[in-house]
Amino acid sequence: MGKEKIKICEEFYDIMPPEYRELVDSSTYGKEGRGWKDVGVAKELIEEHSLCAGCPESIAFRYVLACLPNPEDTVMVGSTGCTSLVFPHVAVHNIHSLFGNQNAVASGLKRALAHRFPGKVKDVVVLAGDGATVDIGLDMTLQSWFRQEKFLTICFDNELYANTGGQESGLMQKGFVSKMAPAGKKFDKVRLPEIAEESGCHYVATLTVSKPNRVEKAIRQGVLIAREVGPTYIQLYTPCILEIGKQAMEGLQEMRDSEGPNERFAFKEYISEEAKAYLASLEKEKKPAAIPTQG
Amino acid sequence: MEANSVIGTVNKKGQKIVDPEYLFFEAPRQQYFMTGSEVVREAIRRASVDISVAYPITPQSEAAAMVGDLYVEGYVGDYFRGESEFAVMSQCAGASFGGARVFTTTSGPGTLRAYENFPMWAGSRLPILINVMVRGINSPLNIQPDTLELGMILDTGMLIWHAETAQELFDYLLKGYIVAEEPDVHLPIAVVIDGFFVSHTKDMVMIPSADLALTPYNPYRSPVPCMDMEVPPVRMMRDPFVMKSNYISYATHASWQQEIRAAIERSRKHTIRLIGGLIEEENSDADILIVSSGTAVAQGREAIRLLAEEGIRVGIVKVKTLRPFPHEEIRQATKNAKLIFVPEFNVVGWMAREIKAVIPDNHRVIEGPHVAGGMTLPPEVIVEEIKKVLAGKKEVVHG
Repeated sequence: MGKEKIKICEEFYDIMPPEYRELVDSSTYGKEGRGWKDVGVAKELIEEHSLCAGCPESIAFRYVLACLPNPEDTVMVGSTGCTSLVFPHVAVHNIHSLFGNQNAVASGLKRALAHRFPGKVKDVVVLAGDGATVDIGLDMTLQSWFRQEKFLTICFDNELYANTGGQESGLMQKGFVSKMAPAGKKFDKVRLPEIAEESGCHYVATLTVSKPNRVEKAIRQGVLIAREVGPTYIQLYTPCILEIGKQAMEGLQEMRDSEGPNERFAFKEYISEEAKAYLASLEKEKKPAAIPTQG
Repeated sequence: MEANSVIGTVNKKGQKIVDPEYLFFEAPRQQYFMTGSEVVREAIRRASVDISVAYPITPQSEAAAMVGDLYVEGYVGDYFRGESEFAVMSQCAGASFGGARVFTTTSGPGTLRAYENFPMWAGSRLPILINVMVRGINSPLNIQPDTLELGMILDTGMLIWHAETAQELFDYLLKGYIVAEEPDVHLPIAVVIDGFFVSHTKDMVMIPSADLALTPYNPYRSPVPCMDMEVPPVRMMRDPFVMKSNYISYATHASWQQEIRAAIERSRKHTIRLIGGLIEEENSDADILIVSSGTAVAQGREAIRLLAEEGIRVGIVKVKTLRPFPHEEIRQATKNAKLIFVPEFNVVGWMAREIKAVIPDNHRVIEGPHVAGGMTLPPEVIVEEIKKVLAGKKEVVHG
């Protein structure tokens, strides 16, 4: 879908809601080289959010949307949780259905779009929390990778169930005391990035959202590789400041503290040989869709 | 309508897209002798299905695999095996959100594994067609025909049609899409058959040529936006309802739920046009009536024949659609009956409860006979039940 599809006829322009007019006038649909720097300017990138003040997820969400290479033909799939409170504000089609079934929904969706629009790019991006991705939905997360379904899975890892009030999750650190882990979590943080690699993902990245350039590169690679090669996975640390006892302004520092060389969110990236060859071909072609060289 | 513009064109498989009413009522048909599973394959061959997702569970596995053959032959756009019924129904949802016509099948424990998806399908207004081949649900383990699961999905917001025969199965699969996809309905539909009794037995079926196909689904006739980024992504609400502990939130949810029930009722006019009424009556002026759905009706017919030989006149009311439930039709059809027997293939007698809930003087309803767990329901058992009650010595142990 291009901007021409959302254009308003002159006669009706003044009666359309201001949100819609601004979407037509200043969205970044079709803009080459869009990225995180459009946050705060482009209409479709969540002006207001309904998360807690200072929530790192709110900025992560904006980066993700700003860095989609092709938002005018991207459909997102969410799940229940804090992310589902933001999706209604987003100006790309997005689906919320049940808790944990996001990768199954995305599998059907991607296949339907591929069947209905052969030869046209239609990206599908899953964005869900760690409970949805790793606990209740793990089966469907992994099976979509085994089947080589061509979409990007993004996990907002806040290491607990935030929206229900801070219960233990599989991605929580061992020993952390929380609701439903009253004596501290008894087992290690699930190593989903390694599992993703073994399960057939062609691109896997683990990072915080403290460095927007890095997030931008990861998201673009994740979408493009998923489009052309196979499933991709990005795990972003978006700490729940509320549940780990931090103040609204402390989210950024928490992420910085967690991404040092030996910390659990040290930047890690895996790219399959096939995906590397694809990225190299993009570089060679110098297509406008190529990956920014700045990291 | 845009849907009509494809009529007369030829699809990728070389099938001619024809007006649905022509396909249903006018196109020449040929007789075949085939199993219920094969009937499913032949219906789907003509149904212009875009996506089908399969999962093995007895007794629907055979039909689900045959749809895979159709995919290889090019009659179905895409097809794969999901990882569980919960996942399969979510995959079907994703495909339907993306504007595809979707087909799937399930049975018994699979229906319950999938359960959470059904109200979500209805709430999202996804016109997915699911062929439910009912069987017993655990425990103890059972793979035999039993309609208990059907009583559990009645109020999921789906349309539910219960086919008695292979012929009805064929027709309901095709007609079901047309009704479910009407803009003023646009709901999922379960086309139900009794597992094994219909799926695995051979029956005579009249089928139109495989060179004809149903008009494809047009997702832009949906009352909600198709999630394909081909229509503007309106911001549907300022804040998500779930955030708002206020009247708007409750009212929105409640009215949306009411609208789904209203859409089920609005399907009546389309359904009556295509399947000739929500019930079927035979001698319904008799003092004694048998009212049920599915295979129980077939057995009831035999019972009526046996009783007629003894001079006892019994009529029958066959319920074709469980949702919408034909409450007014059943009230009318049973208004003169003194005794209403409800034979069922399940232990609880949910159909009798449904009927009791909508008719006056419901002491007239005799709940049974019931069989469960895959037992057959010989006509003689129905005859015996009726004679016992008539003799005033009913001491029947159900189940």
